[in-house]
Amino acid sequence: MLLEIKNLHVEVEDKKILNGLTLTVEKGQVAAIMGPNGSGKSTLAYVLAGKDNYKVTEGDALLDGESILDMAPDVRATKGVFLAFQYPVEVPGVATMTFLRTALNAQRKTRGEAEFSTPDFMKLVRDTAGHLGVSQEMLRRAVNVGFSGGEKKRNEILQMAILQPRLAVLDETDSGLDIDALKIVAEGVNRLRSPERSMIVITHYQRLLEFIVPDVVHVMAKGKVVKSGGKELALELEAKGYAQYADEAA
Amino acid sequence: MPAAQETVEQVRRIDVDQYKYGFVTDIESEKAPIGLSEDTVRFISAKKNEPKWMLEWRLEAYRRWLTMREPTWARVDYPKIDYQNAYYFSAPKKNALASLDEVDPEILLTYEKLGIPLREQEILAGVVRPEGERRIAVDAVFDSVSVATTFKEELKRAGVIFMPMSEALQEHPELVKKYLGSVVPVTDNFFATLNSAVFSDGSFVYVPPGVRCPMELSTYFRINEANTGQFERTLIIADKGAYVSYLEGCTAPMRDENQLHAAVVELVTHDDAEIKYSTVQNWYPGDADGKGGIFNFVTKRGDCRGARSKISWTQVETGSAITWKYPSCILRGDNSRGEFYSIAISNGRQQVDSGTKMIHLGKNTTSRIISKGISAGKSNNTYRGLVTAHRKATNARNFTNCDSLLIGNQCGAHTVPYIEAKNSSAVFEHEASTSKISEDMLFYCRQRGMSAEEATALVVNGFVKDVLQQLPMEFAVEAQKLISISLEGSVG
Repeated sequence: MLLEIKNLHVEVEDKKILNGLTLTVEKGQVAAIMGPNGSGKSTLAYVLAGKDNYKVTEGDALLDGESILDMAPDVRATKGVFLAFQYPVEVPGVATMTFLRTALNAQRKTRGEAEFSTPDFMKLVRDTAGHLGVSQEMLRRAVNVGFSGGEKKRNEILQMAILQPRLAVLDETDSGLDIDALKIVAEGVNRLRSPERSMIVITHYQRLLEFIVPDVVHVMAKGKVVKSGGKELALELEAKGYAQYADEAA
Repeated sequence: MPAAQETVEQVRRIDVDQYKYGFVTDIESEKAPIGLSEDTVRFISAKKNEPKWMLEWRLEAYRRWLTMREPTWARVDYPKIDYQNAYYFSAPKKNALASLDEVDPEILLTYEKLGIPLREQEILAGVVRPEGERRIAVDAVFDSVSVATTFKEELKRAGVIFMPMSEALQEHPELVKKYLGSVVPVTDNFFATLNSAVFSDGSFVYVPPGVRCPMELSTYFRINEANTGQFERTLIIADKGAYVSYLEGCTAPMRDENQLHAAVVELVTHDDAEIKYSTVQNWYPGDADGKGGIFNFVTKRGDCRGARSKISWTQVETGSAITWKYPSCILRGDNSRGEFYSIAISNGRQQVDSGTKMIHLGKNTTSRIISKGISAGKSNNTYRGLVTAHRKATNARNFTNCDSLLIGNQCGAHTVPYIEAKNSSAVFEHEASTSKISEDMLFYCRQRGMSAEEATALVVNGFVKDVLQQLPMEFAVEAQKLISISLEGSVG
């Protein structure tokens, strides 16, 4: 298994959000996490990425058997943890191309790998960007500044494709996308599926899972996983809603 | 922008000791007796074998200075300066040089350590240069005197005069007399008046009508001697239709006591002329507790005397314990234009009070101010600006953009803009913002694998990009390195 989360309890500003969450993601597996608003889905994503102010009071999260909870965000990233943000952050004045290059080379250096030469890097980005419909013009623009919702999400997937993580967490990547944009993003994600890469796809709606078909579906409520099943579980949720899980979590 | 990448690498290479120019060169020097008096002024003037009018000019300044008070309006705080406990003139002993070969090798080594090429041959014979890279003529000022000026002959063929001020006084006294003090009068302010009395050297540039200076001109200032102030005087004149780009760089050794640097820079542009003046200021800022460092009290002013002339100031301020400077433009000629692009970074206990003045006198004059202040550590960073349109300045236009970025929660940023329009057709726009370097932005960068320092450098580089683009390429790279070095230790 790649990721093992054991009995995780997390507080944010003294408010308990995760409440004994246990979850395992196998190598190469695409796991969907569904759940109502406020069930702790995004908190899970941030805790795995190492955001400040998310206090783990109990439990652990292991990547390949190694606890990551005490690692700095950049160390986790270098070990292969990638978060596609629900709300990608603007970085004014920094060209997307520069951002990508700085990130990739930072990771490679830390891992003791050779940095990409400029021509090799340009080629890598051009090829990858083409698949995602990211134009050269967009690569020259400052990171996420003035990007449309769709452009921001495509930019997240582009970064994921360039950084080649082992564990990708996609936090509501479908939010704010129309159906065409959703298809492009989903295709980009599907292209990155590999026996070596695990993904956690967080979503509120079943719609995304029509395009990114998960191996397993976990349902979260009140800070823990309350039900797990195959991809058909998503359809069942769509039909019945989340109300039925309110009691189970309590 | 591979330069950003460069910054990131630079950050990684930084040692614990951030200020790498802090070494002292061991040479013999000749100094004026300690303290300031008419005798000191006479000593300096005699040393330079100056014409009588120059001595009188200095003495008048000195007498005036005695009646003046040190300004206190700036948002800076420093112990009282004892003007009698400093040296006003210090020169390396070997002087009066016929060629570079006669320069004390220790001094050449100093400039080499600073990365400043003084040996023309090396530059000329030099390794294959990347396309578009320009050659730069350098005037090197060591303590009080100019020790070497390169490319003199080549510039002479183009008709450009580029030499130390002390030489210009001998060779072109009529030009010096005509322009010296015509932009910054002897009586202008406490520090400028002090400079007028005791200035020792600096660069003189004259570009004749219609000449585009064939290369960048550059002066590197180095304070080496302890307890010595540096008072250089720079005068640049672009005659009708002329163009020159001038770069200035400065460093000093790390010393526990404060040292005074009170320079005056005067620029004059005649009809259709243009001067682009860039500064990368990296005087020793003092240590983390605020001990030592340079007091940088500088008066810089340009006079767009002719119609359609243009003066552009670009500055990257990372050094000095205290910075007090306001490079300004007097827009006298009709349709003249003034520009001010500034990056001011303060860290540790540095104090910066800097900005510009755009004084619109002529018709259809335009000006633009882009200021980026970055405060970190326990520093304070103030932008102070004045934009005025006089009665006859019909259609004066100004655009000002002042952004401040705070890193950490113990620093301060202040913006003090004065705007004054006496002509109703003037249009002045002012935009200002203050932001804290956002945790979300840093987290986003770090999630992608950048360390806290790499992330900060990247975000800051993005913040100052508009100004960096104004710098000549060679300086832009240097400036970028400086930015990350001076922010070292500001995150954690």
